[in-house]
Parts: sequence; C-alpha cells; structure tokens
Amino acid sequence: MKSNIRQIMVPLLSIVIGLVFGAIIMLVFGYNPIEGYKALLTGALGNPFNIGQTIRAATPLIFTGLGFAVAYTAGFFNIGLAGQALAGWLVSVWIGISLPDSPGWLVLPLAILGGTIAGALWAGIAGVLKAFFDTSEVIVTIMLNYVAIYISDHIIRNVITDRADATPFVGENASLRLQWLTDLTNGSTIHGGIFLALIFAVLVSILLQRTTVGFELRSVGFNKHAANYAGMNAKRNIILAMLLSGGLAGLGGVMNGLGEFRNVFLTNGVAPAIGFDGLAVALLGGLNPIGIIFASLLFGGLKTGGTIMPLMAGVPSEIVDIATAAIIFFVGANYVITYFMDRREKSKLSNTEVIVQGGDD
Amino acid sequence: MVNLLALIVSSTLVYSAPLIFTAIGGVFSERSGIVNVGLEGIMVMGAFSSVVFNLFYAETFGSWTPWLGLLVGALAGVIIAAVHALATVNLRADHIISGTVVNLAAPALAVFLTRVLFEQRGQTDIIRESFGYFNFPVLSDIPVIGDIFFQSTSLPAYVGIVVAFICWFFLARTRFGLRIRAVGENPQAADTMGINVYAMKYAGVLLSGVFGGIGGAVLSQSISLNFSVSTIAGQGFMAMAAMIFGKWNPVGAMLAAIFFGFAQSLSVVGSQIPFIESIDPVYLQIAPYIITIIVLVSFVGKASGPAANGKTYIKSK
Repeated sequence: MKSNIRQIMVPLLSIVIGLVFGAIIMLVFGYNPIEGYKALLTGALGNPFNIGQTIRAATPLIFTGLGFAVAYTAGFFNIGLAGQALAGWLVSVWIGISLPDSPGWLVLPLAILGGTIAGALWAGIAGVLKAFFDTSEVIVTIMLNYVAIYISDHIIRNVITDRADATPFVGENASLRLQWLTDLTNGSTIHGGIFLALIFAVLVSILLQRTTVGFELRSVGFNKHAANYAGMNAKRNIILAMLLSGGLAGLGGVMNGLGEFRNVFLTNGVAPAIGFDGLAVALLGGLNPIGIIFASLLFGGLKTGGTIMPLMAGVPSEIVDIATAAIIFFVGANYVITYFMDRREKSKLSNTEVIVQGGDD
Repeated sequence: MVNLLALIVSSTLVYSAPLIFTAIGGVFSERSGIVNVGLEGIMVMGAFSSVVFNLFYAETFGSWTPWLGLLVGALAGVIIAAVHALATVNLRADHIISGTVVNLAAPALAVFLTRVLFEQRGQTDIIRESFGYFNFPVLSDIPVIGDIFFQSTSLPAYVGIVVAFICWFFLARTRFGLRIRAVGENPQAADTMGINVYAMKYAGVLLSGVFGGIGGAVLSQSISLNFSVSTIAGQGFMAMAAMIFGKWNPVGAMLAAIFFGFAQSLSVVGSQIPFIESIDPVYLQIAPYIITIIVLVSFVGKASGPAANGKTYIKSK
C-alpha cells in the first residue's frame, strides 16, 4: 500500500516541482508566470480544437514511451527512439505514396506494418551488437539516430523526390484521420491512431505482466546472469527487447507520418522530438503502460500549450522543455522525494508513540 | 600532394579539438565512477555561453576573445555538470537518467536564453573573433612537415594534445589523481583509507564540466561560429566513444578523438579530395557515426572501464 502511494506521489510531486521551477525561471527573466501558465492551459485544453491537438500530440508519445519501457524492463536504455521513429515515419509514408490507387484496407495496414518493421530493424542493430559484442546500446542507438537523420534526408531529397524539401502527401487510403474525430474537434489534426495507442498500451501491459515472454524479459532485466543460469537465452531476449522497443517507436513515427503530417520532410539535423519525449513520459509514467498514457496526455498538453505561449504571453516555448527536464530530474532523483516522505512518516510514527505512552500513564 | 595532406591534417585537427577536450572530461568523470552521458549537454552549454560572451565582448578583448570564451564555456560546463553531480552523488539518481536530463535541459535552456538575449530569435549572430587558422612561428618554415602540420592549422587542437598529456600525468602520477581513480575502482576501500569519496566524485564530474564546456566552446568558436539548437550534433556522445576507445586514459582518448575528428572532417573536405569526391555525400555524412559504432564493436569487449563505474556509492553510517 505504502509503495503504491509512493508510486503515484513521486511523479505528481515531480510535476509540481518542475512547474514551479519553470515559474521561477519565468520570473527571473521578467516574464509573468501566471500569464505564461494561463496561456499554456488555454493552449492545451481551452477549446475542442486544442483538446484535439493535445490528444494528437500525446498519441506518438504513448508509442515511444511504451517502446522505452519495454527495453528498460529488459535492462536496456534505448535512447535511440527518435531514429527508430524516424525510420517508421519515413517508411510508412513511402509505402503510402507508392500505392496511391490501392484500396485503403490494404494500404493502411501495409504502411503501418512497414513503419513498425523499419523501427524494429533499426533498433535491432543495437540489440544484435549488444547481444553478441556487449556494445553499449546507449552510444550505438544515439549514433544510429544521426545516421537515420542523414539517410532520411537523403532519401527524401534524392530518392522519393527530386531535390524537394518534403514528400507529397499520402492519399485518403493511407491516412489515419477520421472525419468524425476531425469534425468533433473543429478541424484539429487528431487521428485514429489514439485508439491504436490505447490498444497497444493494453497489449504491452499484458505482454510484460502475463506472458512467458514478458517474464523472461523482466528476468533478464533484473539479473542477466541469473536469467541465463535459469535456462533463458539472454542473447535472444536482448534482441527481442530491442526489436519490440524499436517496433513501438516505429509506430510512434507512423503516427506522425500517416496521422499528423501525412508526409515526411527534411529533419534539418534534428531528430523527431517524440524520441526523447517518449523517454521522458516512460520515466514519468513509472514504466507502467497506464502511467505512460497519463504522462503522454500531460506532455501532449505541455507541447501543444507551449506553442501558444509565445503568442499569448510572449514567453519562449522552450520554457516547457525546461520544466519537462526538471520534472524528469526529480523523477530520476526520487530519493530526495521519498526521503522527505519517509521522514514525515517517521515523525508521524514517533508522535503516535508519544501519545500511546501518555495514555499508559 | 603536400597541399592535399595539409588540408586533411588541418581539417582533422579543427574537428578533433572539441572532441579531445570533451573526451578528457569524460575520462575524469568515469574514472571517479560517474557515467556521464550528459557530455553532450555540457558541450551545448559551453558552446552557447562562449558564443554569447564572444558576441558581447569581442570589441573589448579583440583576438583574445575566443580564448577567454573557453573559460566562460568551462564555467557554464561546471554549472550544468554540478546538476549531474548533485543528482548522481547525493540524490542517488541513475547516472544515465541524470545525464539524459542534462541533455534535455541544456539545449532547452540555451535556446530559451538565446531568445531572451536576441529578441526571440532561436539562433545567435555569427561571431566576429573566431579561432581561425594558426601558423606556428619557426616550425611552419620547416619544409613539407611545416606545411602539413604547422601552417594554417588549429591551435586549440595542439593545446588539447598538450592538455591530454598533462591530464595523464595528473591522473597517473599525482595524489589527487590517484584518489579520483581509487574512488572509481573501489569506493568502499577508498572510504576506509580516509578518502572523501563524495568530494572526489564531485571533483571528477566538475572536471568533466570544465573540459566538456571547453570542448563546446572550441566547437562553436572554430566551426559553427554561432549558436543554434543543432550546433552540437552528437559530438558529446562521440567524445564518450573516444573515451572508451582510448581506454579511459587521457592520452588514449585524445588519439581516439583525433581519429573521430578525421572521420568528421571527411564529410566537409571530401569534395576536394580525389577519389573521395566521387562518393555520394550521404555516405561521408554518416561515416563518423558508423565508424564510432564499428570502433565500439571491435574494441569495447577487450577494454573495461573503472570497476565501480555507474554504481551509486552509499556511505554507511
């Protein structure tokens, strides 16, 4: 029971402290934090359109967050979610625009599957290297992010188009947009991917907690040598964890490709933000699929609201990223939060002891 | 031929210089037992702060500005590294999570401050006083060798090479260096011998802030010449790989950094080199990253870092 409360209190307190930190930064640099946060809140939830945008922004984060959680459960720090997402994004759009005349029931699943496989294979490289050469997956996945950026830009400019900055848009047959959702939110870019995301959160939860595969992944994460000794194939599990993780990250990219933008464009040297944001929501959500959904919605709101802040309150939108980093700092350094929670718990205990003793007298 | 070699050597050195300093920083941190994936973020702060200093004080300090900018970058690096030290040493945070926080926070903070300072724009102006190219007096007059190594070359890189040897001496031969290494190998034993483990770990991480900040400042003041969110694009991680390749030794890390600098410079000067000019630029762009991976695959298995690297030390009461 106590650990349950702690599981919820650590992220909640971290969010509060992070937002207060953001407010302090705004104050220091002469911005009005109340105006700033009011703009943030309005931008995130002020009207149906903004709510639609918030949900849309949360959708890929659920996938990349789940991807990070799966790898982390098995003991790997998949920091290359961004590159894997970009691979999924590029391939899904590529498939979509290559089959303009085929029926939607064929093209859409094919494009989604293609993106998933692309992400999985991209992460699989790091998995194989980790399994057979014990190469740090942190550095390999980061390096693969940059490789993905340059290859993606090259393919967009030289293979798909002739020196253009973006690909053409995918047709209706490869779009995740749902007309009724768009109408419901006054023409926001929300799309059906949110339902896929929720389904995958449940699937990942079942996979990790209720299946042999999940049990093996968790065992490898707890203690690779013990898992090996118990007859589990550590190498296979390492690769499997990275394939699953990358596949989920690839799906996150598919959400951008077939849902939000419906095309893919030059990165300008910066990997898609959904990569590192996915890492953040996974840590904030306590690596738990349900937690990740809530954390993604929060981050989706912060991202969407953040874009309104410069217009409404004149505050640079980077303040949101600073607050985000502070939130993750306190989630990571949760020792400081649990320390104070323990102290309060203890002081309560000693108080009751005193009272009991007093009663005996 | 001499011209071609001179071009390759000088551009290699230009691109190596930031990696040399940052990789040395990584050595200090990891030798004290703290994994520092935050080197990338530390470089960002160094790059940002030195560019701002350079833009505001170029008129006051003239050609000394970039060198003073290194000190400013070092200071900014120390400040952001202190966050990492606090989280990993005192607050028992996972080293990789804390380093990632540094990498998330640094670009956000730097671009935020850029907007505050430069009327909402996301990137700074171009600096006027950069490191440029340096001709060694006397040495550059040596035939052939002078042309290749000592004419229109990168002075920060040569400083970095000298610093690497100094740091090697510091770590290997001084009492303070020995203590840093002891803490990274076996904190319990070091503690028993009366070494202040937490202080040594702080020293290691803060030194990585100094050198990482300098690395960022070298990069921004000799290569990018301004600051934007994409000024530092993976060089911090490449420096980490160089540190591993160099077996956690400052001199080894410096040599590895020069190798990575060479790989990076190819995509820039490749178009002027016969044979390489015919290769599609995309291969040259991804080459440094692929080479990093190949190097890690082929060497990491044989090299292992400090024994207690990445583990949180909790002093028993």
